[in-house]
Amino acid sequence: MSWAGPEDLLFSTSLASYLDKKLLVLLRDGRKLLGVLRSFDQFANAVLEGACERAIVGDIYCDIPLGLYVIRGENVVLLGELDLDKEELPPHMTRVPEAEIKRAQKAEREATDLKGSMRKRMEFLDFD
Amino acid sequence: MGLVQLFFSYFKDLVGREVTVELKNDLAIRGTLHSVDQYLNIKLENTRVVDQDKYPHMLSVRNCFIRGSVVRYVQLPPEGVDIELLHDATRREARGG
Repeated sequence: MSWAGPEDLLFSTSLASYLDKKLLVLLRDGRKLLGVLRSFDQFANAVLEGACERAIVGDIYCDIPLGLYVIRGENVVLLGELDLDKEELPPHMTRVPEAEIKRAQKAEREATDLKGSMRKRMEFLDFD
Repeated sequence: MGLVQLFFSYFKDLVGREVTVELKNDLAIRGTLHSVDQYLNIKLENTRVVDQDKYPHMLSVRNCFIRGSVVRYVQLPPEGVDIELLHDATRREARGG
């Protein structure tokens, strides 16, 4: 594997400037991961050290530790640099233990599933 | 192949402009176009999320890298578009290949 020459860096949107920085990574399945970027490649595959998943349900959240993560680039939506001088979350949000957020996520999932199944049952009514 | 290079060249000329990138997951981010690459990956600076209340996790993000594959739209300022130039370049590319 050859290293990028100077002209490659000029024209490529390089993740090199994000190395060793704490990032927010948004995944296609809606998950939000936080961690320090240690490695990347041309597919936006990434290695995050000290990664955690920030699970948010309404106004409550929990950071679930994950450790060293390798993320396949095709799942990546966005890599955001976190401004350390700013609050990561709005002040009204409350941190809760993992068990509680898991319960809240389950409730949210069930509410969405119920909404989906009700809509399916209504489909025969043929609204515009 | 030439037509993808056309948009890459076009975006390179737009570096420094304010754009709004709308993603396939409906998230829309406004910011200054910092750089673009051959995959149309986009780096934005000084970003603000449209509908910030819906995306609390994005609060402290000021710069971001967006994977080209997840972009739905790039909204441009009308002054930033010389549509005739783009039109001519496209005809040339399509003809020449």
